[in-house]
Amino acid sequence: MDLIWADFLIPRERERERERVLEPVSLSVDSNSTFTPIDHRSDGMDRRLQFAFVLLCLGLLSSTARSDLVVSKAERLVDLNSHIVRVLSKLKVENEGPDDVSEVLLALPDAQAKNLAAIRTFYSDGKLGFVLPTEPIEPKGMPSDVTYYSIALPKKLGKGKTVSLDVLSIFTRSLKPFPEEITQAESQLVVYTDNMYYTSPYPVKYQSLVFRLPGRVESYTKYPKVELVKSELRYGPFEMQPAFSYSPVVVHFENNNPFAVANELVREIEISHWGNVRVTEQYTISHGGASLKNGFSRIEYQARPYMRGASSFRILIAKLPARAHSVYYRDEIGNISTSHLWGDSQRTQLEIEPRFPIFGGWKTTFTIGYSLPLHDFLFEADGGKRVLNMTFGCPLDEVLVEKHIVKVVLPEGSKDITVATLFPTKQSEDVKYSHLDILGRPVVVLEKDNVVPEHNLYFQVYYKFNNISLLSEPMMLIVGIFLLFVACIVYMHTDLAISKTSSSYLEKLQWEEVQATVQHIKNIFDQYLAVHDKLESSLRDLSRSGDVQSCKAARKAADAQFKELAKELKPLLTFLQSCSQASSILPKIEELVTKEKEMQEKEMAKHTTVVDCFEKKLGGKDIESRIASQQQKLTSLKQEVESLLDSISEI
Amino acid sequence: MATSKVEGSSSLRHAFGGVLSVFILFLIGVVAFSIRLFSVIKYESVIHEFDPYFNYRVTQFLSKNGIYDFWNWFDDRTWYPLGRVIGGTVYPGLTLTAGTMWKLANSLNIPLSVETVCVFTAPIFSAFAAWATYLLTKEVKGPGAGITAAAILAMVPSYISRSVAGSYDNEAVAIFALIFTFYLYIKTLNTGSLFYATLNSLAYFYMVCSWGGYTFIINLIPMHVLLCIVTGRYSSRLYIAYAPLVVLGTLLAALVPVVGFNAVMTSEHFGSFLVFIIIHVVALVYYIKGILTPRLFKVATTLVLTVGIAVCAVVVAILVALVASSPTKGWSGRSLSLLDPTYASKYIPIIASVSEHQPPTWPSYFMDINVLAFLVPAGIVACFLPLSDASSFAVLYLVTSVYFSGVMVRLMLVLAPAACIMSGIALSEAFGVLTRSMKFHITKYFECSHTEAPAKLGESTSTESSAPLENMTKSDTTEKPEVARKEKVARRKQKKEKELTENAHVKPVSAKKERRPLVLPLEASIVSVFLLIVLGGLYVLHCVWAAAEAYSAPSIVLTSHSHDGLHVFDDFREAYAWLRHNTEVDDKVASWWDYGYQTTAMANRTVIVDNNTWNNTHIATVGTAMSSPEKAAWEIFNSLDVKYVLVVFGGLVGYPSDDINKFLWMVRIGGGVFPHIKEADYLKDGQYRVDAQATHTMLNCLMYKLSYYRFVETDGKGFDRVRRYEIGKKHFKLTHFEEVFTTHHWMVRIYKLKPQKNRIRGKSRKSKLGSKSTSSKSGGMTHKNPWN
Repeated sequence: MDLIWADFLIPRERERERERVLEPVSLSVDSNSTFTPIDHRSDGMDRRLQFAFVLLCLGLLSSTARSDLVVSKAERLVDLNSHIVRVLSKLKVENEGPDDVSEVLLALPDAQAKNLAAIRTFYSDGKLGFVLPTEPIEPKGMPSDVTYYSIALPKKLGKGKTVSLDVLSIFTRSLKPFPEEITQAESQLVVYTDNMYYTSPYPVKYQSLVFRLPGRVESYTKYPKVELVKSELRYGPFEMQPAFSYSPVVVHFENNNPFAVANELVREIEISHWGNVRVTEQYTISHGGASLKNGFSRIEYQARPYMRGASSFRILIAKLPARAHSVYYRDEIGNISTSHLWGDSQRTQLEIEPRFPIFGGWKTTFTIGYSLPLHDFLFEADGGKRVLNMTFGCPLDEVLVEKHIVKVVLPEGSKDITVATLFPTKQSEDVKYSHLDILGRPVVVLEKDNVVPEHNLYFQVYYKFNNISLLSEPMMLIVGIFLLFVACIVYMHTDLAISKTSSSYLEKLQWEEVQATVQHIKNIFDQYLAVHDKLESSLRDLSRSGDVQSCKAARKAADAQFKELAKELKPLLTFLQSCSQASSILPKIEELVTKEKEMQEKEMAKHTTVVDCFEKKLGGKDIESRIASQQQKLTSLKQEVESLLDSISEI
Repeated sequence: MATSKVEGSSSLRHAFGGVLSVFILFLIGVVAFSIRLFSVIKYESVIHEFDPYFNYRVTQFLSKNGIYDFWNWFDDRTWYPLGRVIGGTVYPGLTLTAGTMWKLANSLNIPLSVETVCVFTAPIFSAFAAWATYLLTKEVKGPGAGITAAAILAMVPSYISRSVAGSYDNEAVAIFALIFTFYLYIKTLNTGSLFYATLNSLAYFYMVCSWGGYTFIINLIPMHVLLCIVTGRYSSRLYIAYAPLVVLGTLLAALVPVVGFNAVMTSEHFGSFLVFIIIHVVALVYYIKGILTPRLFKVATTLVLTVGIAVCAVVVAILVALVASSPTKGWSGRSLSLLDPTYASKYIPIIASVSEHQPPTWPSYFMDINVLAFLVPAGIVACFLPLSDASSFAVLYLVTSVYFSGVMVRLMLVLAPAACIMSGIALSEAFGVLTRSMKFHITKYFECSHTEAPAKLGESTSTESSAPLENMTKSDTTEKPEVARKEKVARRKQKKEKELTENAHVKPVSAKKERRPLVLPLEASIVSVFLLIVLGGLYVLHCVWAAAEAYSAPSIVLTSHSHDGLHVFDDFREAYAWLRHNTEVDDKVASWWDYGYQTTAMANRTVIVDNNTWNNTHIATVGTAMSSPEKAAWEIFNSLDVKYVLVVFGGLVGYPSDDINKFLWMVRIGGGVFPHIKEADYLKDGQYRVDAQATHTMLNCLMYKLSYYRFVETDGKGFDRVRRYEIGKKHFKLTHFEEVFTTHHWMVRIYKLKPQKNRIRGKSRKSKLGSKSTSSKSGGMTHKNPWN
């Protein structure tokens, strides 16, 4: 799985080679050059000039290498509106040689090629449009300080036939701020340098060049065939230029559009098969334009924000997928409250404002996070695999990402992971431990430098995952809590005393026994009370039905029960008396027993009185008066017994 | 059948009571935790205020570098160029607690950030504190009072103010430690168990780790021991409760680097040693009394007394001499200001300048403990009926904490648990009395209807009017007694819930009392119960309001409600984020000490002074710089390697606690060390003002200039919304400083020290060079610049 692609965007070896070639030549050019090679940037300019010379010399020498192809028409449109430069070259290539040709070569000067972020060729055969594969190659016998790209044609180009190709190449860091330091009030001026002629290994019959500019033009290379119309600067048309023609063109113009550069972006996509995809994006954003000098004055910025601080940017807009929810925007010291979120069924738009306006050279960091519904991004693939389909790039508008890292965190237990991207990336694997993981979650790490909005294409991650493993973590929790309870139960039921003969241990045991006995006694007394209640209820029955016999039977039964209970109580009492530790409770219990005895007597007496009265058929009032005194005593006794019971129960 | 049921129900009642109180305690914990989350819900999960940022930073360091690096951490980001040894100057309890919690979560692969753990430490520990309160009050007055006190403590505003989510300060764990230590002390006192005594020392150790307030414990417990001895309550339990605490506790306390030998060398701890000696003498006396006959004992007493007094006098004399030889009499400044409330304002302006060190006002008592203030006296009365060792401790705790809270607003926090315990006791006793009398009346009523029943023979059953009886008659005759039993059980359960306290007392005294209860009329008790519930309801409402409105603001984010909705002022973090990302890592930032911790934690830049005000001279240096004219200030700052100066300015939006309002303290503190700064120079007729009548010195000092630089351009007049007048000097230029950043609402302004100008040879050339506008600038510069 360790597919490390050679990053074609930084052809280091070739760069070194070029320097070797240049060395002898630079001596000859030195006298012509007005630049002194101290500053790095002017060094670049210097190289460019040297490069022009070399190109001209070499171009003349080796132009016959593949001369059967001719570019019959080349129209270039250079869009300089943003800090990402987009060059659209519309080519018509004609085969003038006798043989069929299956590939077309593109050439880019190395100075430009090192800033190239992406190159893409569009081809249309009338109905359908294609994107043709465009690969860097190193052909033999060609000038070596030029980077070549080969376009594989869909079908061979016969003799005399032409083909139309649209080549979109995207360059970053091609706009150099000049001056390099500006104050808050000034606007930002940048310089763009290019070849006036289309750099091609083939002769070009007809060509033109158009710069689309965002605003005022400070200066530009004067040339007979040039016109400035509104915001467009047009060079050409030029006819019949040989291969590798070169003439520098420099445009110096005002560009206050945000030069937002993400020095690093870490995008973590975490998949949960419970139905969620969580995306966390950590940005380090800086302003790539002319740096600010003389400090920042809030009063000027607030009074006239568009004039005083035109070069800065305050707002970034992120286009998130539809149905994004739980969006947050924060940095390492907390939430950033200046953001707005809109959404409809097509997309979600997040407008974020960093804590402070970003001026040239300033930097800030923040994190955006959001969640997405899983079923929008995860699909079933062939062979029982699942496929995650997500966009690769950064959701912020017109931001250049210098170092882009995408981490896809797959659920624990995923296997057979493969990744498919439309452009080469550096891939590696990692493991992340999160929420109760044991094995860890496999992480696919994709790295790519110089990512532009055009890289915002879908990529796919294929993997195998068994749904059963979803349950492992809940099961683990359940088992864990179950074991905890088991441990508690075991702890409560085991005797952890070290010495079984120590006096305190024995005392404790005895005390437990006493407690158990007291509990038992209490139960017996509760039963006593129940029997009392039964007697009372039998009296009530009597008053209703007048059934004297059943009432008597109830009394007999109660009497028997009382005796039984008394028998039961006796051994317990003797045990308590023998125990030294029970001495504090014993008087209370004894009191309870006597009270209960008294109560029983009273109850029986009352019962007999009532029954007698019934047998004598006395009136209700009469009975009441007879038992009134007994009743009163009974009530107070009962209350005392109950309160005693309560106080005992608290031991 | 009936018997088995009865047996089952009584054991079930026990189990039910236990489960219910566990459940109630769990709910109390939930309340304590969730009432503190208002700050997270209304604002965000963020660390609050000033000190918590330092603790947060230390915790981050601990979690990243481990415990050994933490002990040896020399922090070079603060007190530049002195630095600070963090490991030896910080109370590590809080940090270690949060660090351990974080580590535990991470070892279970729960990805919590250190910040999250820190934010939620305080609410978690307030739940623990509520449970500790339950235990303590249960030891004092039984479980009923315990549960009531725990419920009250869970939401007492005074404690909430220091333990909302995000308030990651020492007090967050210290209050729990305090209460728990007291609980273990009382538990030891009640049981006489050496096991609890050991636990008590460990709890004390945790308290020493957590907060400087541990001296309260080590003075309060000896006071209580002394009280017990004096009132003739000496027992072996008291000895076991105290002696191990002093020995083990002092040994353990000395292990904490920040305390070290202070545990035996400062006056705060002397009281405990004195009582330690006394308790041994008393123990000896009791022992001798046991083995001697009364007559012999009398002889021995007189003998020992004469010798003893002589020895004591010598020891005391030595002690006094030792103590008197130290300049502060062995007491730290903060403790001294506790004993003498006027001490700080007289001698230590740094302590006096902190608002939380001021004495509280009456409204703040009402705000912070609300109705508890009225319940406390009742609680004290209840503690005296009857007075036990435990309840005397509760009373003593209350009395001392009331005194301390009167000295410093901050110590209201210590009063809060005491007030809660007292109120819990009061409420629970009141409920006990009232429900008991209600129950008495109701049972009497039932008994009456029971006895009347047989009398009404032959009459229709419907005349038996009470509802339970109706039920009874309707049901099947054989089940009747059971139903009655059930009723009784239910009633008893009810009673048990309400009256756990009363019954808890196994002591014969209370049992006897119960037999002849103090019975109030039924109506009166119903009304009283109702009123008590209303009182409790009001308290809860107040607490929720206080938690939601008064104490939830994190103070680094400010909000204001205006007619067009909520407005957020996030200027502090804006400035700190700017400093963090757009200055060099080693740049030094000077600001008043209030913002030191935040600058190091949020901006990660080196500061000159911070909230750990250990070096008065250093703070005075910054104060002097702020109150000096520009050039002198530049020299001071330059000598300190300062690159940026940060001032907080509230004049534009009306934020009152800005640097101009604190400025007089800077002058005072600066003047205390550097006498050329005189407070009188900044006052016009004894009044502090920055308008047109302000003194020349005031209008030319650095703080004024940095605060109001180009302020007049905002509205053309320079109207200061905090001071509510136009500023004195409106148009001026800065010569030695340049503005590099001002936040959106101007609340934080950052200036950079201008570099020294290149030396220009020859005065004539200089005058030619200088244009009209810059001549005054560079002229001033070259004339006064000491490096020229």
